[in-house]
Amino acid sequence: MSIATDIPVEGAQIACSEECIMRPGNTNCGGCGMSVALTMIGRILKEESEKATFVIPACCGIVTAGGYPTSAYNAPVLGATFGSSPAFATGYATVRDLNEDPGQVINWAGDGGTYDIGMATLSAAAERNENFMYMCYDNEIYGNTGGQRSSATPVGARTSTTPYGKNASKKDIVSIMAAHGIPYAATLSVAHPEDFATKLKKACHMKGFRFMLIHSPCPTGWKSDPAETVNLVRIAVRSGLFPLYEVFDGKRYRVNDAPDGTDPSEYYQGQRRFPSGAVDLDVVRTECKENSERIMRCAECWPAAEDE
Amino acid sequence: MTLEVVTGNHAAGYALSAAGEANRDARGICAGAYPITPQTEIIEYARKYKFTKGRIVPVESEHSAMGVCIGASMAGARSFTASAANGLSYMTENIFTAGYYRLPIVLVCVNRTMGPPWNIWADQGDALLMRDASLIQFFCETNQEVADTILLSFRLAEDHRILMPALVSMDAFIMSHTLMNTDLPEQEQVDQYLPNLDLPHVLTHEHPVCIGGLAWPQETLSMRVDTHEAFERIPEVYDECRAEFQKIFGRDVGGPFTTFETEDADTIFITSGSIATTTRELIKARRKAGEKIGMIKVKMYRPFPEEGLLDACKNAKKVGVLDRNYAGGLGGLFWHDFRAAAQGKRDDLLIQDYLIGVCGGDVTPDLIEEVFDDLSQRVEADKPVWKGIEL
Repeated sequence: MSIATDIPVEGAQIACSEECIMRPGNTNCGGCGMSVALTMIGRILKEESEKATFVIPACCGIVTAGGYPTSAYNAPVLGATFGSSPAFATGYATVRDLNEDPGQVINWAGDGGTYDIGMATLSAAAERNENFMYMCYDNEIYGNTGGQRSSATPVGARTSTTPYGKNASKKDIVSIMAAHGIPYAATLSVAHPEDFATKLKKACHMKGFRFMLIHSPCPTGWKSDPAETVNLVRIAVRSGLFPLYEVFDGKRYRVNDAPDGTDPSEYYQGQRRFPSGAVDLDVVRTECKENSERIMRCAECWPAAEDE
Repeated sequence: MTLEVVTGNHAAGYALSAAGEANRDARGICAGAYPITPQTEIIEYARKYKFTKGRIVPVESEHSAMGVCIGASMAGARSFTASAANGLSYMTENIFTAGYYRLPIVLVCVNRTMGPPWNIWADQGDALLMRDASLIQFFCETNQEVADTILLSFRLAEDHRILMPALVSMDAFIMSHTLMNTDLPEQEQVDQYLPNLDLPHVLTHEHPVCIGGLAWPQETLSMRVDTHEAFERIPEVYDECRAEFQKIFGRDVGGPFTTFETEDADTIFITSGSIATTTRELIKARRKAGEKIGMIKVKMYRPFPEEGLLDACKNAKKVGVLDRNYAGGLGGLFWHDFRAAAQGKRDDLLIQDYLIGVCGGDVTPDLIEEVFDDLSQRVEADKPVWKGIEL
């Protein structure tokens, strides 16, 4: 009999490039936005000071590791209970700091663990300004359990627990997190890899609590074409559905990519989770416009410093 | 050694902090802390303590308190926390996780009645809720025993043959807020007793495994069986830790259970916690009056010292169990476990359960005398008997 401690590391290694944080052989779905983001993280974080340890609650992110005793992660991973991964990360990052160990702690969580069950713990870790990065890959459903609604699910979306479409709107998690006054809150898109890399690098070299939200299509749950994943999030950025911006100390704003007037209808048409007529596109257009304007006004009135 | 007059909470706070400080030359101490009556003074003590290398994180819930402990422990630090009643039950998921991750976290529970309604008085039902976790469990009788058992728990839990969290319980107010003479050990003695924590499965880049991912039935089963085997090693390792304790601190921390006048007793009472003190005094008086009566104080509840208890009862005809807890639809859990231990081995033994002091009622000498009288007249066991109902 053996516990996890007895596994030789050699046995878990599969030939792959050094930059690969998620090894080949994982069982993630085709077109998974989270997988794209993990691949990008592996390519971006290369320095000794950037070596990541992942703390992951119950979500697709932990399933990614695959069955014991193997792991698809080319990094240490601490699995956490669903509602308390920021507490696990607090303990782990605190001991790292007490011992001046190099490296990053990335709390990697889905929207269920972030917007819903983990909300109190996340808020508390942000309030204490704990020294780690929190990255939420937001696929707007409980993907791992087969696609149930979360408070990140957009209005109108059909899920297995909103079979006639969701009535309530999506929570504005970035505003909620920025309101904690944390050093850094930002949105990231896998359709904008340079922006993604810049922000992740920047976050790596900051101290305190850093929150990053990644728009992350789930073709299985969204009923979208896996090949369209990157295109969908690109439309979301361009139309103002998912604006790319940063908030420093909860006060200073920067818009990274202003909407270019792309119509959001294409985004909805590409996903069968939105039944015909479930979404009033005129309302969506107005909301996109208002939300983009709000963020741009914030950036005009309270701009980020040039070197931020 | 410094003899001081302190509360149970003070004794616990002192012992936990001294144990944390003792790991300063290794990975330090890190813990999550959250208040709940009647244990709050314990986490206040730890928050006030100036650790050389450590941090106590004031979190937003008990669930997160244990979450911080798990993260810290996985990073190689010593860790502890304290809770009670609903706080402990709110922590449940992460207590099970700490056990499954084989982390030597020491948890103190000040036994309080589960609510609602909100009742802050003594009842062991909170700690006993955790009986199915992979968790060593102790119940203490005095503040001295609390301090000593906490120190022993770290040594036992951190032993590579064990690697399991431990829960140390004391009765609400009767101990937590009551002043008793207590020898609080010097830091050097604690340093000597508790070597630097060396967690073999500490999570590092040198050993980049995934802890807590998916596992298939057979793999998960092998982990459970591993844990069970560690439980089976506890009595042996406990004895070593107890002997070493005696050597360094010059006193006995006590065995998994302690007998009193059981050798020739035909009637034995099994009890735990502060009730044991009152029971012992009453037994002395009954002995003087010629009754062949004895008692056993159970300190270690998990693993339950089945064989030892049965052996201590070898000459007895009747056993009365005093349970300060009630499991819904069943009765007392010490009775439940002892009855299971005796099944098939001592079917001749009359085993009667007395639910006494449940929900925090005072366990007075008169009430225990009633129990003594009830058992002496009993010819066969019956359902659990409720004691102390006045309304």
